[in-house]
Amino acid sequence: MTKTSFRLRDVEFKNRVLVASGTFGYGDELKDLVDVNMLGGMITKSLSWKPRDGNPPGRIAETTGGMLNSIGLANIGVHHFVKDKLPYLKTLNTVVIANIAASSIDEYCDVLSLLDQEEAVDGFEINVSCPNVKEGGLSFGTDCDATAEITSRLRRLTEKPLIIKLTPNVTHVSEFAKAVARAGADAVSLINTVIGMAVDVKTRKPKLSTVTGGLSGPAIKPIALAKVYEAAQSVDIPIIGIGGIASAEDALEFLLVGASAVQIGTMNYVDPSASAKIAQGMAEFAARNKVDDLAEFVGALDANVEFSVLQSWL
Amino acid sequence: MVQEIATVTGRNEVADGVYVVRFSSAYISRTSLPGQFVNVRVGKGFLPLLRRPFSVCRTQDDEAEIVFNIVGEGTRILSEKEPGEKIDVLGPLGTPFGYERGFDTALMVAGGLGVAPFPLLTQKIRNQVERIETFVGAATGRKLWTEHLENVHAATDDGTKGFRGTVVAQLAEFLTSKKVHHPKIFGCGPTRMLRALSDLAKRHEIACDLSLEGDMACGMGICQGCPVERVNDTKKYSLVCTDGPTFDNREIVLQA
Repeated sequence: MTKTSFRLRDVEFKNRVLVASGTFGYGDELKDLVDVNMLGGMITKSLSWKPRDGNPPGRIAETTGGMLNSIGLANIGVHHFVKDKLPYLKTLNTVVIANIAASSIDEYCDVLSLLDQEEAVDGFEINVSCPNVKEGGLSFGTDCDATAEITSRLRRLTEKPLIIKLTPNVTHVSEFAKAVARAGADAVSLINTVIGMAVDVKTRKPKLSTVTGGLSGPAIKPIALAKVYEAAQSVDIPIIGIGGIASAEDALEFLLVGASAVQIGTMNYVDPSASAKIAQGMAEFAARNKVDDLAEFVGALDANVEFSVLQSWL
Repeated sequence: MVQEIATVTGRNEVADGVYVVRFSSAYISRTSLPGQFVNVRVGKGFLPLLRRPFSVCRTQDDEAEIVFNIVGEGTRILSEKEPGEKIDVLGPLGTPFGYERGFDTALMVAGGLGVAPFPLLTQKIRNQVERIETFVGAATGRKLWTEHLENVHAATDDGTKGFRGTVVAQLAEFLTSKKVHHPKIFGCGPTRMLRALSDLAKRHEIACDLSLEGDMACGMGICQGCPVERVNDTKKYSLVCTDGPTFDNREIVLQA
Protein backbone atom coordinates (compact mmCIF):
# COMPACT_ATOMS: atom_id res chain seq x y z
CA MET A 1 0.00 0.00 0.00
CA THR A 2 1.20 3.46 -0.88
CA LYS A 3 2.12 5.72 2.01
CA THR A 4 -0.03 8.83 1.77
CA SER A 5 0.62 10.60 5.07
CA PHE A 6 2.78 13.62 5.84
CA ARG A 7 3.70 15.62 8.93
CA LEU A 8 3.87 19.23 9.99
CA ARG A 9 5.59 19.52 13.37
CA ASP A 10 3.87 16.94 15.60
CA VAL A 11 0.75 16.69 13.51
CA GLU A 12 0.31 13.72 11.22
CA PHE A 13 -2.04 14.16 8.24
CA LYS A 14 -3.33 10.80 7.02
CA ASN A 15 -3.17 11.97 3.43
CA ARG A 16 -2.16 15.00 1.41
CA VAL A 17 -5.65 16.32 0.65
CA LEU A 18 -7.22 19.05 2.76
CA VAL A 19 -10.31 21.14 2.16
CA ALA A 20 -9.77 24.86 1.72
CA SER A 21 -11.03 27.53 4.05
CA GLY A 22 -14.49 28.85 3.23
CA THR A 23 -15.43 25.92 1.01
CA PHE A 24 -16.27 23.44 3.76
CA GLY A 25 -17.94 25.60 6.39
CA TYR A 26 -17.15 24.52 9.93
CA GLY A 27 -17.17 20.83 9.05
CA ASP A 28 -20.68 19.86 10.11
CA GLU A 29 -22.65 21.14 7.11
CA LEU A 30 -21.46 18.46 4.71
CA LYS A 31 -21.45 15.46 7.01
CA ASP A 32 -24.31 13.75 5.13
CA LEU A 33 -22.50 14.03 1.81
CA VAL A 34 -18.84 13.28 2.45
CA ASP A 35 -16.88 11.33 5.05
CA VAL A 36 -14.58 14.00 6.45
CA ASN A 37 -12.45 11.29 8.03
CA MET A 38 -11.30 10.31 4.53
CA LEU A 39 -9.44 13.64 4.33
CA GLY A 40 -5.98 14.60 5.47
CA GLY A 41 -7.48 17.62 7.14
CA MET A 42 -10.16 20.25 7.10
CA ILE A 43 -9.58 23.98 7.28
CA THR A 44 -12.34 26.06 8.81
CA LYS A 45 -14.01 29.10 7.38
CA SER A 46 -11.93 32.18 8.32
CA LEU A 47 -12.51 33.15 11.93
CA SER A 48 -12.29 36.67 13.32
CA TRP A 49 -12.61 37.88 16.92
CA LYS A 50 -16.14 39.21 16.42
CA PRO A 51 -18.74 37.87 13.99
CA ARG A 52 -18.65 39.54 10.57
CA ASP A 53 -21.75 40.18 8.44
CA GLY A 54 -19.85 40.11 5.17
CA ASN A 55 -20.40 42.17 2.03
CA PRO A 56 -23.76 43.22 0.51
CA PRO A 57 -25.49 40.96 -2.06
CA GLY A 58 -23.77 40.46 -5.35
CA ARG A 59 -21.22 38.18 -3.70
CA ILE A 60 -20.94 35.46 -6.36
CA ALA A 61 -20.57 35.42 -10.13
CA GLU A 62 -19.79 32.43 -12.28
CA THR A 63 -17.14 32.93 -14.96
CA THR A 64 -15.64 30.64 -17.60
CA GLY A 65 -14.45 27.57 -15.69
CA GLY A 66 -14.46 29.41 -12.41
CA MET A 67 -16.25 31.72 -10.04
CA LEU A 68 -15.73 35.14 -8.54
CA ASN A 69 -16.58 35.73 -4.93
CA SER A 70 -16.70 38.69 -2.64
CA ILE A 71 -18.00 37.27 0.61
CA GLY A 72 -16.12 39.65 2.87
CA LEU A 73 -15.16 37.05 5.49
CA ALA A 74 -18.71 36.58 6.79
CA ASN A 75 -18.24 34.33 9.82
CA ILE A 76 -19.70 33.51 13.21
CA GLY A 77 -16.75 34.79 15.23
CA VAL A 78 -14.27 32.76 17.24
CA HIS A 79 -16.31 32.54 20.49
CA HIS A 80 -19.37 31.15 18.76
CA PHE A 81 -17.07 28.74 16.89
CA VAL A 82 -15.56 27.39 20.11
CA LYS A 83 -18.96 26.96 21.73
CA ASP A 84 -21.04 25.58 18.86
CA LYS A 85 -18.71 24.11 16.24
CA LEU A 86 -15.69 22.68 18.06
CA PRO A 87 -17.65 19.96 19.89
CA TYR A 88 -18.48 18.36 16.53
CA LEU A 89 -14.95 18.86 15.18
CA LYS A 90 -13.61 17.06 18.28
CA THR A 91 -15.40 13.90 17.19
CA LEU A 92 -13.59 13.81 13.85
CA ASN A 93 -10.66 11.60 13.10
CA THR A 94 -8.92 14.12 10.87
CA VAL A 95 -6.69 17.15 11.36
CA VAL A 96 -8.56 20.37 12.08
CA ILE A 97 -6.84 23.60 11.06
CA ALA A 98 -8.41 26.88 12.14
CA ASN A 99 -8.15 29.64 9.54
CA ILE A 100 -7.81 33.11 11.03
CA ALA A 101 -8.58 36.45 9.39
CA ALA A 102 -8.22 39.78 11.14
CA SER A 103 -8.00 43.49 10.57
CA SER A 104 -5.08 44.09 12.93
CA ILE A 105 -2.04 42.17 14.12
CA ASP A 106 -3.43 42.21 17.66
CA GLU A 107 -6.67 40.63 16.47
CA TYR A 108 -4.73 37.79 14.77
CA CYS A 109 -2.89 37.24 18.07
CA ASP A 110 -6.06 37.27 20.17
CA VAL A 111 -7.90 34.77 17.98
CA LEU A 112 -4.90 32.46 17.77
CA SER A 113 -4.22 32.58 21.52
CA LEU A 114 -7.80 31.68 22.29
CA LEU A 115 -7.84 28.76 19.86
CA ASP A 116 -4.37 27.56 20.85
CA GLN A 117 -5.86 26.37 24.17
CA GLU A 118 -8.35 24.14 22.37
CA GLU A 119 -7.23 20.57 21.97
CA ALA A 120 -9.47 20.03 18.94
CA VAL A 121 -7.60 22.70 16.99
CA ASP A 122 -4.51 21.01 15.57
CA GLY A 123 -2.99 23.99 13.81
CA PHE A 124 -3.50 27.34 12.15
CA GLU A 125 -3.71 28.80 8.69
CA ILE A 126 -3.38 32.57 8.60
CA ASN A 127 -5.34 34.43 5.95
CA VAL A 128 -3.30 37.48 5.03
CA SER A 129 -4.60 37.37 1.51
CA CYS A 130 -8.34 37.99 1.34
CA PRO A 131 -9.00 40.40 -1.55
CA ASN A 132 -12.51 41.30 -0.39
CA VAL A 133 -12.18 43.32 2.81
CA LYS A 134 -11.03 46.89 3.25
CA GLU A 135 -8.99 46.45 6.40
CA GLY A 136 -6.54 43.64 6.86
CA GLY A 137 -6.67 40.95 4.21
CA LEU A 138 -4.69 41.93 1.16
CA SER A 139 -3.30 45.10 2.69
CA PHE A 140 -1.23 42.75 4.87
CA GLY A 141 -0.76 40.09 2.25
CA THR A 142 0.82 42.37 -0.34
CA ASP A 143 3.18 43.91 2.21
CA CYS A 144 6.11 41.59 2.75
CA ASP A 145 7.22 43.18 6.03
CA ALA A 146 3.71 43.10 7.50
CA THR A 147 3.30 39.45 6.50
CA ALA A 148 6.60 38.58 8.18
CA GLU A 149 5.69 40.60 11.27
CA ILE A 150 2.36 38.79 11.66
CA THR A 151 4.12 35.47 11.24
CA SER A 152 6.77 36.10 13.88
CA ARG A 153 4.24 37.49 16.37
CA LEU A 154 2.03 34.42 15.94
CA ARG A 155 4.99 32.04 16.04
CA ARG A 156 5.74 33.16 19.57
CA LEU A 157 2.18 32.26 20.62
CA THR A 158 1.90 28.67 19.43
CA GLU A 159 3.76 25.38 19.17
CA LYS A 160 1.15 24.05 16.75
CA PRO A 161 1.67 24.09 12.98
CA LEU A 162 1.49 27.62 11.60
CA ILE A 163 0.64 27.93 7.91
CA ILE A 164 0.59 31.29 6.14
CA LYS A 165 -1.81 31.55 3.19
CA LEU A 166 -0.33 33.66 0.41
CA THR A 167 -1.92 35.71 -2.31
CA PRO A 168 -0.99 35.45 -5.97
CA ASN A 169 -1.72 39.16 -6.37
CA VAL A 170 1.94 40.17 -5.95
CA THR A 171 4.84 40.29 -8.38
CA HIS A 172 7.01 37.66 -6.65
CA VAL A 173 5.23 35.26 -4.33
CA SER A 174 8.64 33.70 -3.62
CA GLU A 175 9.67 36.85 -1.70
CA PHE A 176 6.69 36.37 0.61
CA ALA A 177 7.37 32.66 1.02
CA LYS A 178 10.98 33.40 1.99
CA ALA A 179 9.94 36.12 4.43
CA VAL A 180 7.44 33.96 6.31
CA ALA A 181 9.80 30.98 6.32
CA ARG A 182 12.44 33.18 7.99
CA ALA A 183 9.79 34.42 10.44
CA GLY A 184 9.07 30.89 11.61
CA ALA A 185 6.13 29.61 9.56
CA ASP A 186 5.92 25.82 9.32
CA ALA A 187 4.39 25.93 5.84
CA VAL A 188 2.86 28.23 3.25
CA SER A 189 -0.36 27.60 1.41
CA LEU A 190 -1.02 29.14 -1.98
CA ILE A 191 -2.72 30.48 -3.91
CA ASN A 192 -5.60 32.43 -2.46
CA THR A 193 -7.98 33.81 -5.10
CA VAL A 194 -6.85 35.91 -8.04
CA ILE A 195 -8.35 39.39 -8.27
CA GLY A 196 -10.94 39.44 -11.02
CA MET A 197 -14.05 41.16 -12.27
CA ALA A 198 -17.24 40.48 -14.22
CA VAL A 199 -19.66 42.92 -15.82
CA ASP A 200 -23.34 42.71 -16.76
CA VAL A 201 -23.69 44.44 -20.15
CA LYS A 202 -27.44 44.91 -19.84
CA THR A 203 -27.32 46.82 -16.55
CA ARG A 204 -23.75 48.12 -17.12
CA LYS A 205 -23.05 47.14 -13.54
CA PRO A 206 -20.29 44.98 -12.09
CA LYS A 207 -21.67 41.59 -11.09
CA LEU A 208 -20.10 41.87 -7.62
CA SER A 209 -21.19 44.55 -5.16
CA THR A 210 -17.54 45.28 -4.42
CA VAL A 211 -16.77 45.59 -8.18
CA THR A 212 -13.77 43.25 -8.03
CA GLY A 213 -13.50 39.95 -6.19
CA GLY A 214 -11.52 36.75 -6.00
CA LEU A 215 -11.41 34.27 -8.87
CA SER A 216 -11.24 30.56 -8.05
CA GLY A 217 -11.93 27.22 -9.69
CA PRO A 218 -10.34 25.27 -12.56
CA ALA A 219 -9.76 28.53 -14.48
CA ILE A 220 -6.91 29.51 -12.13
CA LYS A 221 -5.05 26.19 -11.98
CA PRO A 222 -2.24 27.19 -14.39
CA ILE A 223 -1.59 30.38 -12.39
CA ALA A 224 -1.55 28.40 -9.16
CA LEU A 225 0.89 25.82 -10.54
CA ALA A 226 3.30 28.55 -11.64
CA LYS A 227 3.12 30.27 -8.25
CA VAL A 228 3.64 27.04 -6.32
CA TYR A 229 6.57 26.17 -8.59
CA GLU A 230 8.06 29.62 -7.99
CA ALA A 231 7.68 29.32 -4.22
CA ALA A 232 9.10 25.81 -4.22
CA GLN A 233 12.28 27.07 -5.90
CA SER A 234 12.88 29.48 -3.04
CA VAL A 235 11.95 27.88 0.29
CA ASP A 236 12.52 24.60 2.09
CA ILE A 237 9.37 24.64 4.23
CA PRO A 238 6.45 22.58 2.94
CA ILE A 239 4.06 24.16 0.47
CA ILE A 240 0.36 23.39 0.35
CA GLY A 241 -0.91 23.90 -3.19
CA ILE A 242 -4.33 25.42 -3.84
CA GLY A 243 -6.04 26.54 -7.02
CA GLY A 244 -8.62 24.87 -9.22
CA ILE A 245 -7.85 21.27 -8.25
CA ALA A 246 -10.65 19.05 -9.53
CA SER A 247 -9.06 15.61 -9.91
CA ALA A 248 -6.32 13.36 -8.55
CA GLU A 249 -4.22 14.20 -11.62
CA ASP A 250 -4.57 17.91 -10.87
CA ALA A 251 -3.44 17.29 -7.29
CA LEU A 252 -0.42 15.27 -8.46
CA GLU A 253 0.58 18.12 -10.78
CA PHE A 254 0.84 20.34 -7.70
CA LEU A 255 2.96 17.74 -5.92
CA LEU A 256 5.28 17.51 -8.92
CA VAL A 257 5.87 21.27 -8.99
CA GLY A 258 6.74 21.21 -5.30
CA ALA A 259 3.66 21.07 -3.10
CA SER A 260 3.70 18.61 -0.20
CA ALA A 261 -0.07 18.63 0.06
CA VAL A 262 -3.06 20.27 -1.61
CA GLN A 263 -6.33 21.92 -0.71
CA ILE A 264 -9.58 21.44 -2.58
CA GLY A 265 -11.70 24.58 -2.71
CA THR A 266 -14.33 25.55 -5.26
CA MET A 267 -14.90 21.94 -6.35
CA ASN A 268 -16.40 21.22 -2.92
CA TYR A 269 -19.37 23.34 -4.03
CA VAL A 270 -19.70 21.44 -7.29
CA ASP A 271 -19.21 17.96 -5.86
CA PRO A 272 -19.20 17.78 -2.05
CA SER A 273 -17.31 14.48 -2.12
CA ALA A 274 -14.62 15.71 -4.56
CA SER A 275 -11.93 15.88 -1.87
CA ALA A 276 -12.40 12.30 -0.69
CA LYS A 277 -12.41 11.05 -4.29
CA ILE A 278 -9.19 12.98 -5.02
CA ALA A 279 -7.45 11.53 -1.94
CA GLN A 280 -8.42 8.05 -3.04
CA GLY A 281 -7.48 8.73 -6.67
CA MET A 282 -3.99 9.91 -5.71
CA ALA A 283 -3.32 6.71 -3.79
CA GLU A 284 -4.64 4.60 -6.67
CA PHE A 285 -2.50 6.47 -9.21
CA ALA A 286 0.56 5.91 -7.05
CA ALA A 287 -0.22 2.21 -6.58
CA ARG A 288 -0.76 1.70 -10.32
CA ASN A 289 2.60 3.34 -10.98
CA LYS A 290 4.36 1.36 -8.24
CA VAL A 291 5.11 4.43 -6.14
CA ASP A 292 5.44 3.48 -2.45
CA ASP A 293 5.11 6.94 -0.97
CA LEU A 294 3.36 10.01 -2.36
CA ALA A 295 6.38 11.98 -1.07
CA GLU A 296 8.20 10.69 -4.16
CA PHE A 297 6.09 12.99 -6.30
CA VAL A 298 6.91 16.12 -4.31
CA GLY A 299 9.10 18.39 -6.42
CA ALA A 300 9.79 15.57 -8.88
CA LEU A 301 9.02 17.69 -11.94
CA ASP A 302 11.24 16.78 -14.87
CA ALA A 303 11.92 20.30 -16.10
CA ASN A 304 14.80 21.86 -17.91
CA VAL A 305 15.46 24.60 -15.42
CA GLU A 306 17.83 26.43 -17.73
CA PHE A 307 14.95 27.33 -19.97
CA SER A 308 12.66 28.38 -17.16
CA VAL A 309 11.56 31.99 -17.46
CA LEU A 310 11.16 31.82 -13.71
CA GLN A 311 14.91 31.93 -13.24
CA SER A 312 14.99 35.57 -14.20
CA TRP A 313 12.53 36.36 -11.42
CA LEU A 314 14.33 34.70 -8.55
CA MET B 1 -30.38 15.78 1.89
CA VAL B 2 -28.80 13.47 -0.69
CA GLN B 3 -26.55 13.78 -3.71
CA GLU B 4 -27.74 11.42 -6.44
CA ILE B 5 -26.96 10.66 -10.03
CA ALA B 6 -30.57 10.65 -11.19
CA THR B 7 -31.98 9.39 -14.48
CA VAL B 8 -34.02 11.83 -16.55
CA THR B 9 -37.40 10.21 -17.20
CA GLY B 10 -39.09 12.98 -19.16
CA ARG B 11 -38.56 16.35 -20.78
CA ASN B 12 -41.27 18.50 -22.32
CA GLU B 13 -41.53 22.02 -23.64
CA VAL B 14 -44.77 22.86 -21.85
CA ALA B 15 -45.04 26.47 -23.06
CA ASP B 16 -42.98 28.64 -25.38
CA GLY B 17 -39.43 28.29 -24.03
CA VAL B 18 -40.64 26.68 -20.79
CA TYR B 19 -39.32 23.19 -20.05
CA VAL B 20 -40.27 20.56 -17.51
CA VAL B 21 -37.63 17.93 -16.74
CA ARG B 22 -38.64 14.87 -14.71
CA PHE B 23 -36.08 12.67 -12.98
CA SER B 24 -36.20 9.61 -10.78
CA SER B 25 -35.20 9.99 -7.15
CA ALA B 26 -37.27 8.25 -4.52
CA TYR B 27 -35.65 10.21 -1.70
CA ILE B 28 -36.06 13.66 -3.23
CA SER B 29 -39.57 12.91 -4.41
CA ARG B 30 -40.73 11.61 -1.06
CA THR B 31 -39.04 14.12 1.22
CA SER B 32 -39.29 17.45 -0.67
CA LEU B 33 -41.57 20.02 0.91
CA PRO B 34 -43.19 22.94 -0.95
CA GLY B 35 -40.70 25.75 -1.51
CA GLN B 36 -37.62 23.57 -1.20
CA PHE B 37 -35.16 23.25 -4.07
CA VAL B 38 -32.65 20.95 -5.69
CA ASN B 39 -29.18 22.01 -6.87
CA VAL B 40 -28.42 20.40 -10.21
CA ARG B 41 -25.11 19.75 -11.94
CA VAL B 42 -26.03 19.41 -15.59
CA GLY B 43 -22.81 17.72 -16.78
CA LYS B 44 -19.39 16.54 -15.68
CA GLY B 45 -17.39 19.40 -17.21
CA PHE B 46 -16.58 22.91 -16.04
CA LEU B 47 -18.86 24.79 -18.45
CA PRO B 48 -20.93 25.58 -16.53
CA LEU B 49 -18.98 24.92 -13.35
CA LEU B 50 -21.54 25.47 -10.62
CA ARG B 51 -24.81 23.75 -9.88
CA ARG B 52 -28.09 25.43 -10.75
CA PRO B 53 -30.88 25.73 -8.14
CA PHE B 54 -34.46 24.84 -9.11
CA SER B 55 -37.62 24.71 -6.99
CA VAL B 56 -39.07 21.24 -6.68
CA CYS B 57 -42.10 21.75 -8.91
CA ARG B 58 -44.03 18.53 -8.49
CA THR B 59 -43.48 15.04 -7.16
CA GLN B 60 -45.15 11.80 -8.09
CA ASP B 61 -44.21 8.45 -6.58
CA ASP B 62 -40.44 8.16 -7.06
CA GLU B 63 -40.09 11.01 -9.55
CA ALA B 64 -39.71 14.74 -9.19
CA GLU B 65 -40.02 17.59 -11.69
CA ILE B 66 -38.35 20.95 -12.18
CA VAL B 67 -39.49 23.73 -14.52
CA PHE B 68 -37.30 26.39 -16.12
CA ASN B 69 -36.64 28.55 -19.15
CA ILE B 70 -33.33 28.89 -20.93
CA VAL B 71 -31.30 31.68 -19.37
CA GLY B 72 -27.78 30.43 -19.98
CA GLU B 73 -25.59 27.45 -20.76
CA GLY B 74 -26.73 25.35 -17.79
CA THR B 75 -30.43 25.59 -18.58
CA ARG B 76 -29.74 25.11 -22.31
CA ILE B 77 -27.95 21.81 -21.60
CA LEU B 78 -30.73 20.76 -19.24
CA SER B 79 -33.40 21.56 -21.86
CA GLU B 80 -31.70 19.10 -24.23
CA LYS B 81 -31.56 16.15 -21.82
CA GLU B 82 -33.21 13.04 -23.24
CA PRO B 83 -34.92 10.43 -21.10
CA GLY B 84 -32.27 7.98 -19.90
CA GLU B 85 -29.56 10.64 -19.55
CA LYS B 86 -28.19 11.44 -16.09
CA ILE B 87 -28.16 14.56 -13.98
CA ASP B 88 -26.40 15.05 -10.64
CA VAL B 89 -29.02 16.25 -8.17
CA LEU B 90 -28.48 17.47 -4.62
CA GLY B 91 -31.44 18.06 -2.35
CA PRO B 92 -33.94 18.73 -1.07
CA LEU B 93 -32.47 22.00 0.20
CA GLY B 94 -33.75 25.09 1.96
CA THR B 95 -36.62 26.07 4.22
CA PRO B 96 -40.12 25.29 2.92
CA PHE B 97 -43.05 27.70 2.80
CA GLY B 98 -44.96 28.11 6.08
CA TYR B 99 -47.88 26.16 4.70
CA GLU B 100 -48.96 23.93 7.54
CA ARG B 101 -51.41 26.13 9.45
CA GLY B 102 -52.69 29.66 10.02
CA PHE B 103 -54.83 30.23 6.92
CA ASP B 104 -57.92 28.93 5.13
CA THR B 105 -57.41 30.45 1.68
CA ALA B 106 -54.11 30.13 -0.13
CA LEU B 107 -53.38 32.90 -2.64
CA MET B 108 -50.51 31.69 -4.81
CA VAL B 109 -48.95 34.43 -6.92
CA ALA B 110 -46.41 33.62 -9.63
CA GLY B 111 -44.47 35.88 -11.97
CA GLY B 112 -43.13 34.00 -14.99
CA LEU B 113 -41.17 30.93 -13.95
CA GLY B 114 -42.07 31.84 -10.37
CA VAL B 115 -44.83 29.32 -10.91
CA ALA B 116 -42.24 26.60 -10.17
CA PRO B 117 -42.97 25.81 -6.49
CA PHE B 118 -46.76 26.01 -6.72
CA PRO B 119 -47.75 22.64 -8.18
CA LEU B 120 -46.09 20.95 -5.17
CA LEU B 121 -47.65 23.43 -2.74
CA THR B 122 -51.06 22.78 -4.32
CA GLN B 123 -50.44 19.03 -4.06
CA LYS B 124 -49.68 19.28 -0.31
CA ILE B 125 -52.40 21.67 0.86
CA ARG B 126 -55.26 20.78 -1.49
CA ASN B 127 -57.04 18.76 1.19
CA GLN B 128 -56.21 20.95 4.15
CA VAL B 129 -57.46 24.40 3.05
CA GLU B 130 -60.86 25.75 2.08
CA ARG B 131 -59.76 27.28 -1.17
CA ILE B 132 -56.77 27.92 -3.38
CA GLU B 133 -56.64 30.84 -5.83
CA THR B 134 -53.66 30.92 -8.17
CA PHE B 135 -52.48 34.02 -10.03
CA VAL B 136 -50.00 33.38 -12.81
CA GLY B 137 -48.41 36.16 -14.83
CA ALA B 138 -46.30 36.04 -17.98
CA ALA B 139 -45.11 38.42 -20.68
CA THR B 140 -47.42 36.85 -23.20
CA GLY B 141 -49.99 34.02 -23.46
CA ARG B 142 -47.61 31.63 -25.26
CA LYS B 143 -45.29 31.62 -22.27
CA LEU B 144 -47.95 30.82 -19.67
CA TRP B 145 -47.83 27.45 -17.95
CA THR B 146 -50.68 26.77 -15.53
CA GLU B 147 -50.89 22.99 -15.15
CA HIS B 148 -51.32 21.24 -11.78
CA LEU B 149 -52.75 24.38 -10.17
CA GLU B 150 -56.21 25.27 -8.89
CA ASN B 151 -58.50 28.19 -9.77
CA VAL B 152 -56.04 29.85 -12.11
CA HIS B 153 -56.25 33.57 -12.88
CA ALA B 154 -53.92 34.37 -15.78
CA ALA B 155 -52.36 37.75 -16.41
CA THR B 156 -50.23 38.79 -19.38
CA ASP B 157 -48.33 42.00 -20.02
CA ASP B 158 -49.68 42.17 -23.60
CA GLY B 159 -53.20 41.00 -22.78
CA THR B 160 -53.03 37.96 -25.09
CA LYS B 161 -54.45 35.84 -22.29
CA GLY B 162 -56.45 36.73 -19.20
CA PHE B 163 -55.95 40.00 -17.36
CA ARG B 164 -53.87 42.64 -19.16
CA GLY B 165 -51.24 43.84 -16.72
CA THR B 166 -49.19 42.49 -13.87
CA VAL B 167 -50.20 39.60 -11.72
CA VAL B 168 -49.95 41.84 -8.65
CA ALA B 169 -52.41 44.35 -10.17
CA GLN B 170 -54.71 41.43 -10.87
CA LEU B 171 -54.49 40.23 -7.28
CA ALA B 172 -55.14 43.78 -6.03
CA GLU B 173 -58.33 43.88 -8.10
CA PHE B 174 -59.34 40.46 -6.81
CA LEU B 175 -58.84 41.49 -3.17
CA THR B 176 -61.01 44.60 -3.56
CA SER B 177 -63.82 42.78 -5.38
CA LYS B 178 -63.94 39.45 -3.55
CA LYS B 179 -64.24 38.49 0.09
CA VAL B 180 -61.42 36.16 0.98
CA HIS B 181 -61.60 34.10 4.14
CA HIS B 182 -58.49 34.05 6.34
CA PRO B 183 -55.94 34.23 3.53
CA LYS B 184 -52.22 33.78 3.19
CA ILE B 185 -50.20 34.83 0.15
CA PHE B 186 -47.42 32.68 -1.33
CA GLY B 187 -45.34 34.55 -3.89
CA CYS B 188 -42.53 33.64 -6.26
CA GLY B 189 -41.10 35.60 -9.16
CA PRO B 190 -38.80 38.48 -10.09
CA THR B 191 -37.69 40.73 -7.24
CA ARG B 192 -39.59 43.78 -8.53
CA MET B 193 -42.80 41.78 -8.61
CA LEU B 194 -42.17 40.39 -5.11
CA ARG B 195 -41.68 43.91 -3.79
CA ALA B 196 -45.01 45.02 -5.21
CA LEU B 197 -46.64 41.87 -3.87
CA SER B 198 -45.15 42.38 -0.43
CA ASP B 199 -46.43 45.98 -0.32
CA LEU B 200 -49.91 44.80 -1.34
CA ALA B 201 -49.90 42.11 1.35
CA LYS B 202 -48.89 44.66 3.98
CA ARG B 203 -51.64 47.09 2.89
CA HIS B 204 -54.24 44.34 3.22
CA GLU B 205 -52.60 42.90 6.34
CA ILE B 206 -52.34 39.48 4.80
CA ALA B 207 -49.59 37.07 5.85
CA CYS B 208 -47.16 36.57 2.99
CA ASP B 209 -44.33 34.14 2.29
CA LEU B 210 -42.02 34.91 -0.62
CA SER B 211 -39.68 32.54 -2.42
CA LEU B 212 -36.47 34.31 -3.45
CA GLU B 213 -33.76 33.65 -5.98
CA GLY B 214 -30.10 34.17 -5.20
CA ASP B 215 -26.80 33.57 -6.95
CA MET B 216 -25.32 30.71 -4.94
CA ALA B 217 -22.47 28.27 -5.30
CA CYS B 218 -23.18 25.53 -2.78
CA GLY B 219 -26.87 25.79 -1.83
CA MET B 220 -26.05 24.66 1.71
CA GLY B 221 -24.93 27.73 3.62
CA ILE B 222 -21.23 27.13 3.15
CA CYS B 223 -20.17 29.60 0.48
CA GLN B 224 -22.15 32.49 2.06
CA GLY B 225 -22.79 33.72 -1.47
CA CYS B 226 -26.53 34.48 -1.30
CA PRO B 227 -27.26 37.05 1.42
CA VAL B 228 -30.58 38.84 1.74
CA GLU B 229 -30.85 41.84 4.02
CA ARG B 230 -32.96 41.41 7.17
CA VAL B 231 -35.28 44.02 8.64
CA ASN B 232 -33.95 45.54 11.90
CA ASP B 233 -32.39 42.45 13.30
CA THR B 234 -29.28 41.63 15.27
CA LYS B 235 -28.12 39.69 12.24
CA LYS B 236 -27.70 41.82 9.12
CA TYR B 237 -28.18 39.10 6.50
CA SER B 238 -29.97 35.81 6.05
CA LEU B 239 -28.92 33.30 3.42
CA VAL B 240 -31.33 32.55 0.58
CA CYS B 241 -30.17 28.91 0.43
CA THR B 242 -30.66 27.79 4.03
CA ASP B 243 -32.69 30.46 5.87
CA GLY B 244 -34.80 30.68 2.68
CA PRO B 245 -35.49 30.51 -0.18
CA THR B 246 -38.86 31.23 1.45
CA PHE B 247 -39.17 34.15 3.84
CA ASP B 248 -41.93 35.93 5.70
CA ASN B 249 -42.14 39.23 3.77
CA ARG B 250 -41.88 41.28 6.98
CA GLU B 251 -38.45 39.85 7.80
CA ILE B 252 -36.48 40.86 4.73
CA VAL B 253 -35.55 43.86 2.60
CA LEU B 254 -36.01 43.31 -1.12
CA GLN B 255 -33.31 45.13 -3.07
CA ALA B 256 -34.23 47.35 -6.00
